[in-house]
Amino acid sequence: MAKRILTVDDSASILQVEKLVLAGAGYEVVQANDGQDALGKLNGTPVHLVLTDLNMPRLDGVGLIRAIRASASHRLTPVVMITTESKDAKKQEGKAAGATGWIVKPFTPEQLLAVVKKVIG
Amino acid sequence: MKLIDQVAGSFIEEAGERLAELEAVLLELESDPTNMDLVAQAFRAMHTIKGSGAMFGFETVASFTHQLETVFDEIRNGRLAVTQPLIGLSLEARDLIRRLLAGDEASTRLDRDRLCKALRAYLPKDGQPKTPLKEEPKLPSDEKSAPEKTFRVFVRPDPELFRNGTNPMGLLNELVEMGHSRVVAHTRSIPGLSDADPEVCYLSWDIILTTTKDADAIRDVFIFVEDHCSVRIDLVDDGISQESGEDYKKLGEILIERGDITTTCLKESLAEQKRVGQLLIEKGAVSSETVEAAVLEQKAVREARAKREAQAQPEAGSSIRVAAEKLDYLVDLVGELVIAQARLGQLAATRDDAELVSVAETMDRLSAELRDSTLSIRMVPIGTTFGRFKRLVRDLSGELGKEIDLQTDGAETELDKTVIERLGDPLVHLIRNSCDHGIEKPEARRAAGKAARGTVRLAAYHTGPNVFIEIRDDGAGLDAEAIRAKAVERGLLSADAIPPPAEIYKLIFLPGLSTAKSLSSVSGRGVGMDVVKRSIDALRGSIEVESSRGVGTTIRMRLPLTLAIIEGMLVTVGESSYVLPMSLVEECVELTQADVEKSHGNQIAIVRGELVPYLRLRNWFGVAGDRPPIEQIVIASVDGFRFGFVVDAVIGQHQTVIKTLGHMYRETQGLSGATILGDGRVALIVDVSALIRSTSTAAQAAG
Repeated sequence: MAKRILTVDDSASILQVEKLVLAGAGYEVVQANDGQDALGKLNGTPVHLVLTDLNMPRLDGVGLIRAIRASASHRLTPVVMITTESKDAKKQEGKAAGATGWIVKPFTPEQLLAVVKKVIG
Repeated sequence: MKLIDQVAGSFIEEAGERLAELEAVLLELESDPTNMDLVAQAFRAMHTIKGSGAMFGFETVASFTHQLETVFDEIRNGRLAVTQPLIGLSLEARDLIRRLLAGDEASTRLDRDRLCKALRAYLPKDGQPKTPLKEEPKLPSDEKSAPEKTFRVFVRPDPELFRNGTNPMGLLNELVEMGHSRVVAHTRSIPGLSDADPEVCYLSWDIILTTTKDADAIRDVFIFVEDHCSVRIDLVDDGISQESGEDYKKLGEILIERGDITTTCLKESLAEQKRVGQLLIEKGAVSSETVEAAVLEQKAVREARAKREAQAQPEAGSSIRVAAEKLDYLVDLVGELVIAQARLGQLAATRDDAELVSVAETMDRLSAELRDSTLSIRMVPIGTTFGRFKRLVRDLSGELGKEIDLQTDGAETELDKTVIERLGDPLVHLIRNSCDHGIEKPEARRAAGKAARGTVRLAAYHTGPNVFIEIRDDGAGLDAEAIRAKAVERGLLSADAIPPPAEIYKLIFLPGLSTAKSLSSVSGRGVGMDVVKRSIDALRGSIEVESSRGVGTTIRMRLPLTLAIIEGMLVTVGESSYVLPMSLVEECVELTQADVEKSHGNQIAIVRGELVPYLRLRNWFGVAGDRPPIEQIVIASVDGFRFGFVVDAVIGQHQTVIKTLGHMYRETQGLSGATILGDGRVALIVDVSALIRSTSTAAQAAG
């Protein structure tokens, strides 16, 4: 069974490129436009990985990670955050919130797949 | 990048929306300069344009937006105030980004320089962008020429490792893929079942890794868990040292270097004149896993050095040619010796005689070493067969009017001579298939945006007791729909069944299924893949196929290292003993009378919610006597299919020396050989794949 990945980003083009790359590698992709939307999608849907942007309206990435780690059903779900600069203080904040891993934007399809593979195989 | 081109249009559209939003926000900010929400909104819009821009190849957009974003970052952090001129400048910058997006790169140069300079003036003196926009891509080191180094890697996760969603398996797999590795798991901290918290990581690992990568690459594997996992990487062999392998450190020295024991502790132990590892475990100084890891390290370095020595002086390593029959005879004798030794061990265990026990233990060690070294003599590098495939591919290319390269990898991988001999025909067949059906004609490849020259890659590598052989082509991939249609036509699949592609690909191993539109003189008559599968089964291996339309096909075979001795699972049915190959066994579960009644006469057990069909060995082999009230199901997995064998009792693991059956019994269904147990009785080796096949065909025939 294909592993299911929830991609969260407020940019439609990033969501689109993620879907192309991940679906092309055989993953099932579910999309959400921000943290709030993501929590709604997670409700009742098991996913193997959440791939989230950090800077988003309504609920941002760090808030989403905190909410996931506090939830009963998804607290052990791996979450990979997308950061823009590798030294970003945001990254530290995300790590402290319980992110499993991260990928620095801009990334190539190969880099994205390598990180996903590292986290969920 | 093709993939990116597909979405570049939607990026431009989205960036346009963002710019419109930015304009509105900037104008609002002008009248409400202290509103931090507006600042954050503006920052987010710039951030998105920059981040996506760089990903979709709009480098200029990204780097210019970065300048603007840096200024807003200062405002966001309260180090800079919003002023009228700044808003004016930002609006100008916004307009310039719009022009850049419209493809107007050249004519914006002067404006760009002017605006960048003006924006930079707002930053503090040392306010150069603190972080580079893009990380410098690491130059791949020349891996081909890099020597193979051996590292000792300690992985000690925090108990909380799982809490942030980390699965250490992915990390270990990544490490294992870097080269030749030996992994020892420390399992001593696992508490009893009732005390264990499933969300706590009790495990830690020692890995001895021989690889061409460097320590930084190993450290990178653990980058996500650096806060939750201590990782120590020691170089134990630099890949250059010309010291002889046998001179590598003694076990005790390794343990001291690892920090597991102290020098005093070692000296005390050495005074007792036993094997160091044994002694240290007895004394409780180290765990058996630690010693195992240290021994593996010793072995890895010795092997790495021995390999180098062999390469450095190819002719100096003196060798002698021996007739193959002599070797076969030697292996037979060693097999007999292992059996005799097992009897001796059993005998010693029943007598209360310390002297006898000590002799039996020495014999045990010696016979194990003798067995390993004898089997290793029969090991031949698979590369010896690769040569003929080069020629095959060359000839086929000409015949088929295609351009095909054959790449080989892992030629030094060693396999039992007999396995290699019996592998030749299946490999020829698979390579032919790849050339004929897989790789497209040059025109078709060019049309699909691929290089005109196709590649067939033949690779061999070791993992544990298995050798994997892969044939990968970058051709058209399997046509799942065509296979499905064919299978329906042949009555192998019902017309309304739509299995997932992976299941459909498996169908190519069924007899009589060829999907090639036209026959060629090379292959495609629908005989073949089933024959290949049968040959691999006969070698106690398995075969699987992966394919992606337009990208290529990979056929992967898993083969046992040797055919002479296997690890088996010893079970009993009535008075008879049977052995199932350990490599196929997944688990054992109980089958009670109640379970049997629940399934209403169907031979199906429910194991953790999954249906597993089973077969009673008692019925199949016609063993007399009554079934015990609680039976055991040994669940084996063949090609991803789980199947249970019901037996009376599971005895345990057994080193099985395979004896071929006499010709009277050779055709007996479901048996692949026999072995002699420690007490001199015979146990039959169950041919698991054949049994599963014949029961499933019987079930199909029945309806």
